[in-house]
Amino acid sequence: MTTSREPEKIPVTVLTGYLGAGKTTLLNRILSEPHGKRYAVVVNEFGEIGIDNELVVGADEEVFEMNNGCICCTVRGDLIRIIEGLMKRKGRFDAIIVETTGLADPAPVAQTFFVDEDVREAARLDAVVTVADAKWLAARLRDAPEAKNQIAFADVIIINKTDLVSAAELREVEARIRAINPYASLHRAKNCDVPIADVLERRAFDLDRILDIEPDFLVADDHDHDHEHGHDHDEDHHHHHGLKHYHDEDMQSVAVRLEGDVDPAKFMPWINRVTQEQGLNILRCKGIVAMKDDPKRFVFQGVHMMLDGDSQREWRPDEKRESKVVFIGRDLVEEDIRNGFLACAA
Amino acid sequence: MSDAPAVPSLVQHARLFEAGAHVVAAAFVDGEPMLALADGSVLVGGPEGQRRVVIHPDGAILTAISDGRTLLTGGDDGRVVALGADGAPREIADEKGRWIDALALRGKAFAWSAGKEVRARDESGAVKSWSAPSTARGLAFQPKGYRLAATHYNGATLWFPKVEGAPQTLEWKGAHLDVSFSPDGRFLVTSMQENALHGWRLTDSRNMRMTGYPAKTRSLSWSHDGQWLATSGADAAVVWPFKDKDGPMGKAPRECGVRQARVTRVAFHPKALVVGIGYADGAVLLCRLADGAEIPARDPGGAAVSALVWDAAGGRLMFGLESGAVGLLTLPG
Repeated sequence: MTTSREPEKIPVTVLTGYLGAGKTTLLNRILSEPHGKRYAVVVNEFGEIGIDNELVVGADEEVFEMNNGCICCTVRGDLIRIIEGLMKRKGRFDAIIVETTGLADPAPVAQTFFVDEDVREAARLDAVVTVADAKWLAARLRDAPEAKNQIAFADVIIINKTDLVSAAELREVEARIRAINPYASLHRAKNCDVPIADVLERRAFDLDRILDIEPDFLVADDHDHDHEHGHDHDEDHHHHHGLKHYHDEDMQSVAVRLEGDVDPAKFMPWINRVTQEQGLNILRCKGIVAMKDDPKRFVFQGVHMMLDGDSQREWRPDEKRESKVVFIGRDLVEEDIRNGFLACAA
Repeated sequence: MSDAPAVPSLVQHARLFEAGAHVVAAAFVDGEPMLALADGSVLVGGPEGQRRVVIHPDGAILTAISDGRTLLTGGDDGRVVALGADGAPREIADEKGRWIDALALRGKAFAWSAGKEVRARDESGAVKSWSAPSTARGLAFQPKGYRLAATHYNGATLWFPKVEGAPQTLEWKGAHLDVSFSPDGRFLVTSMQENALHGWRLTDSRNMRMTGYPAKTRSLSWSHDGQWLATSGADAAVVWPFKDKDGPMGKAPRECGVRQARVTRVAFHPKALVVGIGYADGAVLLCRLADGAEIPARDPGGAAVSALVWDAAGGRLMFGLESGAVGLLTLPG
């Protein structure tokens, strides 16, 4: 739990997105808004940033394997070095934005914040924001595993260039995104014109902010996904309240709900085992758990094999004690996860 | 505490002053106290009065080292600057805005790295370049001969800047950070991302693993006789024996100054087996290796100790904190 004495850590926002999706447009947009904040920006290519009064640092995307017996434990060595250096300029910026290359895997960036103690002390991962090209994402999900990773990993997804597609195409790409990651908050944009509040200060990795784990729906939807569309009858979707549901061939989410309490003596070994055994395939996981005899909610989140968990606030008297876990990953064995979690019931 | 026997203390002998910014490194340059600061300036002078020399205008000093004759600074403005005792800055290199990640210095020879690019400049001013396989995080000149060690991912490389041909790479899996030669040149030691040290015996490239640290080691200091290596990264200074031909292999290290705080800086006295230890809680103490006797030099409080240095004679110890607090301790007698 954070205490008031703890100095505020520098928030780090990670911008991902396949080549040409509009990451740099979003970055320039953030930097040019009159927000009064000062950003340190970590980029891979100089010259594309139109703002020159910010602190811009070049990165090399050096992904290092850690010698800790965990095969998928990789960190961004350059990010560790850059954050250490930026801390010498503490007080001269309010937040850090890391722009990754179009082919980058977001996992090493996120894992850096789990693994490196110096980084953890100085900074906190705020959110992974993925920019998706409305016109080309569906094709990239077929031929570019990097693009799928970026969608699966995201806390915030911006569907950009919506003006270049029809309403039906837009619904299609949204459904494809939802099939992979139903939990990210989804925003439509033409030229990455999203409110900055939708992108920054999300606190997506803050255990205290895990309030509920429900699929996100487009609040500002245009209410046209009711009846008349979706007459193409592909085999990979079916109709449900008129909204198309896809099942991505290899990347999906698994959510399991358990009424009542969980036995910590069963749950803790189980969650550790699942993330060890299937951690290579699990991109993200999250959970709110009612531990037996514990008045507080236990919350956890993870990236591959890395787990971070803590007691959170107390269960409210009017709140139903129930437990829920969510996994997003590749080729997840849903039955194993479901049965394993349900067997943790107290 | 008032009932406890009086502990000898040097706290009252340290004269305190403010540097005004995170102290990156402290040095005595021909006896003159100097502090390299994160705000891009160097503070020249002791507690009785200082003057500020702006070395990296609008920038930050990322790294700084000294051999007692020269202070060498590397900035996030891409510049490498040398200062003598007169405090006059002399630009050694300008890497055009790239961050200077590491420095090495011996006599009038300098080396620096910016990302993968490693450059060495000899006494005559001739600069040679070598490109490391990944960012070079640490540099050190071999004690004899014009040869440079550079750390990178999966090892360290020994490079003769004046010799054509492939440099020699010492391989060990993982990311290597800081680097240091033993004073006799027999061993090369690196600190690693994995909270461990790695060493090579240079005669036969034999590997030495020094593990068990709860945090990264970012400070290494050899004893004056070259037989001991003091290291940060634990709740005590961990001191490894290098006297024997096998170095620390198969031997346990000594632990000096065990406290409930992480050691951030270590500095061996230049003439005696006494190690100065700075902690994350701001405390500084001196510890005698022979019997582990401790003498406090600064009480805890403030911020982490980020710089610690003895003068050449061993009569003065200067410490600096991340908060900018500084102290100059003159040993009595």
